[in-house]
Amino acid sequence: MSRIDAAHALVRFGLGPRTGEIDALAAYPTGWLIENIARGADRSSSVGHQDRLVAFLEAREAGTAQTSFREQVRRQVRADVHQRIDTAIRTETPFAERLVHFWANHFTVAVNRPQVTSLAKPFEDEAVRPHVTGRFADMLSAVVHHPAMLLYLDNVISFGPNSPAGRRTGRGLNENLARELLELHTLGVDGGYTQDDVIALAQILTGWSVSRLRDPDPGTFRYHDLAHEPGDKVLLGQTFSQGGQAEGEAALALLASHPSTARHIATKLARHFIADDPPTSAIDTLSQAFLDTDGDLAAVYRALIDLPEAWQPHLTKVRTPNDLLIAALRAFDVREADERTAATLRLLGQVPWTAPSPAGWPDDAAGWLGPEALMRRIDWSVAVAGLAERAMDPRRLLETAVGPLVSATTQFHVDGAPSALEGIALVLSSPEFQRR
Amino acid sequence: MVDLTRRHLLAGAACGLAVGALPTRLVLANAPTEKRLVLVILRGGMDGLSTVVPYADPDYRSLREDLALAPPGREDGVLDLDGFFGLHPALITLHDWYRRGDALALHAVASPYRERSHFDGQDLLEAGDSRLGSSPDGWLNRALSVIGGEQRLGLAVGQSVPLVLRGETPVMSWAPSALPSADLSLLDRLADVYAGDPLFRDALAEGRRANMLAGTAMGDTEPAGGRQEAYLQLADTAAGMLTAEDGPRIAVLDAPGWDTHIAQGTVNGALSRALGGLDAVLARLKAGLTPVWPETAIIIVTEFGRTVRPNGSGGTDHGTATAAFLAGGAVAGGRVVADWPGLGTNRLYEDRDLAPTADIRALFKGVLASHYGLPTRDLERFVFPDSAGVRALDALV
Repeated sequence: MSRIDAAHALVRFGLGPRTGEIDALAAYPTGWLIENIARGADRSSSVGHQDRLVAFLEAREAGTAQTSFREQVRRQVRADVHQRIDTAIRTETPFAERLVHFWANHFTVAVNRPQVTSLAKPFEDEAVRPHVTGRFADMLSAVVHHPAMLLYLDNVISFGPNSPAGRRTGRGLNENLARELLELHTLGVDGGYTQDDVIALAQILTGWSVSRLRDPDPGTFRYHDLAHEPGDKVLLGQTFSQGGQAEGEAALALLASHPSTARHIATKLARHFIADDPPTSAIDTLSQAFLDTDGDLAAVYRALIDLPEAWQPHLTKVRTPNDLLIAALRAFDVREADERTAATLRLLGQVPWTAPSPAGWPDDAAGWLGPEALMRRIDWSVAVAGLAERAMDPRRLLETAVGPLVSATTQFHVDGAPSALEGIALVLSSPEFQRR
Repeated sequence: MVDLTRRHLLAGAACGLAVGALPTRLVLANAPTEKRLVLVILRGGMDGLSTVVPYADPDYRSLREDLALAPPGREDGVLDLDGFFGLHPALITLHDWYRRGDALALHAVASPYRERSHFDGQDLLEAGDSRLGSSPDGWLNRALSVIGGEQRLGLAVGQSVPLVLRGETPVMSWAPSALPSADLSLLDRLADVYAGDPLFRDALAEGRRANMLAGTAMGDTEPAGGRQEAYLQLADTAAGMLTAEDGPRIAVLDAPGWDTHIAQGTVNGALSRALGGLDAVLARLKAGLTPVWPETAIIIVTEFGRTVRPNGSGGTDHGTATAAFLAGGAVAGGRVVADWPGLGTNRLYEDRDLAPTADIRALFKGVLASHYGLPTRDLERFVFPDSAGVRALDALV
């Protein structure tokens, strides 16, 4: 083990080194990652979804003060973004925190609708965060029971056409959640399902909804049997005839343990932690670990750490804007996000919980490093350097954030930079800092 | 100016590499083309049946239920095209072009994709293949390599380069920035720092060139006034760059907002808003492209259509065939090109979607053949591999 391995572990698996961390981890980079998995992600103290959703439902019912309620929601979401960044820059288990971001992106909920706007962070903290080092089946179940997902992908307005509620209102199925569950969350687009499976899963999930103000315990998951499509459904060749909410629970269990799901998850993890186009052998290993342990994610991550491909070559991945910002704040030992940090994410095009589609943010260089995007990253580096030039020596920043991964050319230009401002901008713009 | 020369040298070197990797027979004469092409990709699956409305189809009204639009001449009625089809009333500009012979509509078209994933659907539309995953790059990039020349002809308007423009041939991308710009000496140092990293090296070279062109095209003004206004300014700048003397000739614009699962509406609602936005962008494009309008073709396509019947929430779900447009001064328009399959229950694809009767690649091939003179042989084997069975639509331009 070495400083190189330590630096690599901190940038590839973690969220970027803070002052002195590369040296501190040089003796046990692998052990540190294993320890991250054992400790799991930090708990979050954010407000639960129920208060937020009830507030929304009440504001809608009152029909008044729409503008001020929206302004209140905007303030909440801004505070949520700050809190998310603060957790990432302060955490002592950055590998586990990276996994929270990875899985929140896998199960994307985006704030493009008023009901969902204020629920994205509670969703991440309640449905994703507690499960990132647990079993995939548990995370999937928590996600699909969460009001944010049921609202975001329209399941709350999907009715069994032959259910009592469907017959009375004339409303019918909405395939949105069922399709994305199969395509994005579990089997993957080539996972071997058909349009009939999408319809069957949509029928199975009819009635999975959210309680209204008049219901007991408003603003939480509620199964409405009156909206549930009666009759047998055939999903992936298996007949579901138990009726009621149990059908959905059984279907999720089937999807969570399916070999196509194992492969899909393995592929996404390998893309995130190895390379945009990861080697098939690595995907095979991770997929097998998933199947052997019935989706124990901790075991899958340990298999990942054991892969030589996860350690060589270095710096294969381009950092996303979130990664970039968090790595910079950690390198500067900033402890608290402010307005400027959120502005950075707006300018670089990745405000949390605003992914363009349910597929989430891209996880490859092509999605993040077009010519225009790079110019913005450089402009951002200059802006940050302008704020930091009196407080930070560029050579110290390079040592902290990049350490032994630096190239001779970058070292040469940073050492010879005509000003601290230009030196810091060079460090932040360098491929060694822009990559992980 | 020194910098501009240096950038030209770099761009030329990169071009030489890409062209060298291709069969020499594909490289046409070196003269840069004056023909303009704008590809507008409507991401999310545009509902063809509410955009180019088959109002005279006997099954249209009963199948579409609440989403059916009124016939021409009625309140909120469609804008008539040919006595059978009508345009959604939000498409005022496009209808005006149609009447002047500057636009044509296609219907019941689809890419070879027959599943219903947005992401795969867009990938196949942009790759130009018969099957998913066989091409890592886009058909417009391959077309650019056949057109050849030293100048970078392709322009992606937006922060990332869409698949249709990705590939061996270098292209430009541009989007406005609200940050102060880095100064030249830093950029020169970075060019050296990036020398060993081709991804960063090439992106920087292109980014600098695009910034210079955009600086002259839009006079460094900042977008103001919300998303639609920002979007219109993107159209202005794209048009400005396309008309610049040494600027790009082929631009790709993305337009999101078409995935109308809920409250799609007729003359109000999600689809009407998206169509109104598109119509405004088209009007601004034409205003900016006025000097080159007779040389201009605009292709407007989406990854797939939507279900014929409304879903349970006043919207439509992912479907198959849909409508597309070809517009611009170079187009022989004023007609609807469609082998209409009908909407009768036994005529629908999988009993839910408009059945495809034409391959959208026929449109792409037709434009590349008639607008840019690309040889059939290259179109069938290289730009759209294994597409000999898909005949280019002729006399489009």
